[in-house]
Amino acid sequence: MGKRESSFKNMAMALFVITAVAGLVLAVVYSVTKEPILASQKAKINNAIKMVIPEFESVKDTTVWPKTGKDSVRIHALLKGAESAGYAIETYTDNGFSGRFTLMVGFFPDGSISNIEVLEHKETPGLGTKMALPAFKGQFKGLKISDLPGEELKIKNDGGTVDAITAATISSRGFCDAVNRAYSTFKKEKK
Amino acid sequence: MNQLNNFTKGLLRENPILVLLLGTCPTLAVTSSAVNGLGMGLATTFVLFMSNVFISMVKGFVPDKVRIPAFIVVIASFVTVVDLLMQAYTPGLSSQLGIFIPLIVVNCIVLGRAEAFAAKNNVFSSFIDGMGMGLGFTLALVIMGSIREMLGAGAIFGFKFIPETADGALIFILAPGAFITLGFMIAILKKINKPS
Repeated sequence: MGKRESSFKNMAMALFVITAVAGLVLAVVYSVTKEPILASQKAKINNAIKMVIPEFESVKDTTVWPKTGKDSVRIHALLKGAESAGYAIETYTDNGFSGRFTLMVGFFPDGSISNIEVLEHKETPGLGTKMALPAFKGQFKGLKISDLPGEELKIKNDGGTVDAITAATISSRGFCDAVNRAYSTFKKEKK
Repeated sequence: MNQLNNFTKGLLRENPILVLLLGTCPTLAVTSSAVNGLGMGLATTFVLFMSNVFISMVKGFVPDKVRIPAFIVVIASFVTVVDLLMQAYTPGLSSQLGIFIPLIVVNCIVLGRAEAFAAKNNVFSSFIDGMGMGLGFTLALVIMGSIREMLGAGAIFGFKFIPETADGALIFILAPGAFITLGFMIAILKKINKPS
């Protein structure tokens, strides 16, 4: 088969046909995968909410701007009947070792931390990733930030109470920053 | 060309990573575990043989001067298809591999095979070439991922064989370990491929 001559007409024609076919194929695949992608993102959030506050019946979502930080924080207020079962707060920090990471922090109505789940992160494998293990995040369970000096979490190197992960001080500091952000929005929400 | 020969050349003799040294950026970045290597390898294999087949089908229709943009559109479309499918049906793996799936577009293996092979050979040969190259890429990634995971995390395909609280040699999970492992693998394959 001989090559077609590179005339303007041939070139425009070839590119037009190829991009049109490609566009059509992508449109079909996009419409087929749209639902499953949304569903899997939603399932991920719902799973994280269940991990931090296991018992609730209905969820009310609100988006608020925290006092500090560049982005909004999402609050999932959990209800059991008419009573509050707690709050699951999707929070973030921009001070991770490799930029932003996001957490789901659960608070019981009395303000104590129920549990924390790591949602997305780019921390160093084997070092910063340890923040997702119970050995680190377990120390936050049942903690009331309102009892702490200055009402904020700090790692021990900074004169606080949190045991940082060995060789991952920056990740630990970022983790505290994210939890503090969740707490400040929780406090505002409770008022 | 003999089709069997055409297939096996991608595995050892012309292995894209270890001999041609193409696509080393995703190789170094994603092989921190065997599963990641496998996922990346299979995604690239799919893009490789699909784009090889498609490009060899349209090669007579595309004039020479616009062949690179035409090939890139084809490759980018297949990559987007893979990316969407992975996000929909394997969300865990997709979030692990992150930016490296969209970056298959600029992986030089794919465009390299399109230019060097698919644009000159028939559809079936191109399919075999894409499969061979893709599986060679996958094989190299899985071996590299396994070595790094075993030494760095004391695990293989996620199953830990050292005590739960113990750590492996972390350097193998981090970037320097990737270079060291790749270097040793290239050296060993050089020895194997050397005609004695």
